[in-house]
Amino acid sequence: MSGPTGVRRRRRPGGGVAWVLLAPAVALVAGLLLLPLAEGLRLSLHRVWLQVPGETPFVGLQNYLALLAASRFWSALRVTFLFVVVSVGAELVLGLALALLLHRRFPGRGAARVAGLVPWALPTVVSALMWGWIFHDRYGIANRLLLDLGLLDAPLVWLGAPATALGAAIVADVWKATPYVALILLAGLQGIGEEVWEAARLDGATGLSLLARVILPLLRPALGVALLFRALDAFRVFDLIYVLTRGGPGGATETLALLTYQTLFQDLDFGRGSALSVLMFAVNFALSLVLLRLLFGRGEAGRVAR
Amino acid sequence: MRRGAGPLLGAATLLAMIWCLAPVLWQLVTSLKSEGQLYLSPPTWLPWAPTLAHYRAVLGEALFVDAVINSALIASGSTAIALGLGAPAAFALARLRPAGSRAILGFFLAAAVFPAIALVTPLFALFGRLGILNTYWAVILPHAAFALPLTVWILTAYLQDLPPELEEAAQVDGTSRVGAFTRVLLPAAAPGVAAAGLLAFIFSWNEFLFALTFAGTDRTRPATVAIALFPGLHEFPWGEIAAASLLVVLPLVVIVILAQRRIVAGLTAGSLSG
Repeated sequence: MSGPTGVRRRRRPGGGVAWVLLAPAVALVAGLLLLPLAEGLRLSLHRVWLQVPGETPFVGLQNYLALLAASRFWSALRVTFLFVVVSVGAELVLGLALALLLHRRFPGRGAARVAGLVPWALPTVVSALMWGWIFHDRYGIANRLLLDLGLLDAPLVWLGAPATALGAAIVADVWKATPYVALILLAGLQGIGEEVWEAARLDGATGLSLLARVILPLLRPALGVALLFRALDAFRVFDLIYVLTRGGPGGATETLALLTYQTLFQDLDFGRGSALSVLMFAVNFALSLVLLRLLFGRGEAGRVAR
Repeated sequence: MRRGAGPLLGAATLLAMIWCLAPVLWQLVTSLKSEGQLYLSPPTWLPWAPTLAHYRAVLGEALFVDAVINSALIASGSTAIALGLGAPAAFALARLRPAGSRAILGFFLAAAVFPAIALVTPLFALFGRLGILNTYWAVILPHAAFALPLTVWILTAYLQDLPPELEEAAQVDGTSRVGAFTRVLLPAAAPGVAAAGLLAFIFSWNEFLFALTFAGTDRTRPATVAIALFPGLHEFPWGEIAAASLLVVLPLVVIVILAQRRIVAGLTAGSLSG
């Protein structure tokens, strides 16, 4: 299955009809995504407290400066960064392993694929509740399992201590997203022709050398796509952490999206919340450009867009 | 190839499958345990006397049943809009190709990676002004907008792969271009429509942030939010949470089993350039 291949040279009449057909879709996306972004930018330059309706004076960059001066912002940035790097890193490694396993022909491959799709298809809210129960300090099965295996001496209060709380969130994310990464990489593996495997085999390439010299270079576009989508997704993580820990204990799992939500709907500070939103959008945008450049080269940045 | 490692790789595959399913199975075990057995420390691996009490309790809870109905309405509505607007757009991009098609596809790609949280405030303000906060529309519209890019993407890929002769033949018969689209191309791209529709439906069924913020009342609240707020209603009723989770997940698992191939094709369409 290949992506849309963009404009072909041959152009036919019917530009008018085409725009009529495109207009509703473009209007909905622009109206609900682009215009609100502009409105968010405007709000971020005003003081907008919901407790004080009516009064929304222009304050310039004050909201942004207040953010940058708050240690809570830097903590959220650090937590988000840690979450993205560790979980996406683990997802790529495990996803590659899973894809290589599923690429072989074996009985029950269909069942294995369904098993892999289950974590992906679950609502994040449900998987967060599931993992919250698994990591429950008294009734959770994680403690029981690790104690039985002798890996723990005493039960841990997983979600009550900073390091293990973030660790639990990362485990839940890796569990849910690894199959998705594996699917993308599996499609990439299936795109590698049989003759390539054959040639590599004749060359005597096996195991790790086959992986490093033949498979990984050919898999680069698929790896790039998986990395791009997962990094952007992990960067804006909200549901998982909102349900699992609400950002606690003591802000140890408070990501940027969570901080934004709390600023908006707990502090009811829409000005500062909007400033956070704008910053997140900017980082998100920059991240996507950097990743695209990195993975597809300068001239080819549009390839993914095809 | 790798004959000696066969059993080892088989075992690894089995282990991976167990890892994928274990949390769901543990949820199933939890949902079947009696109240007394749930709160044993350390927990037991299996329910002694399986009971459906938690399922009965959840299904007797009008709020939960309403929430599932709300989810179905919202997911169907946003999927219909995404397909209804996405299919003509994909037809234009794949077949009519006006100048600027590439820019439009790029625009949709950019929209696909938008951070939802950045839109929560302005949309909250906008929907407040329009007076549609806490109505179905307040959730359906952003879900449709977020599902549209992927829908356009998948359908464009499918429509492009169809041979040009298909619509040329229809046109020779005197059908207009748009007529050829609805009568010939769209049916031929049915697998793509199914894939796009399934992904849009699953996305909407699972979405949380917009649902949490724009459906703040019992009247329109979908199941994801209802389950997440369960703990607030009672003292963390883990048995009921487990039963409710599995009930919400059930339609998704059925979809995955029935349409595994379509979903995989949809997920990887457009994500890999040739």
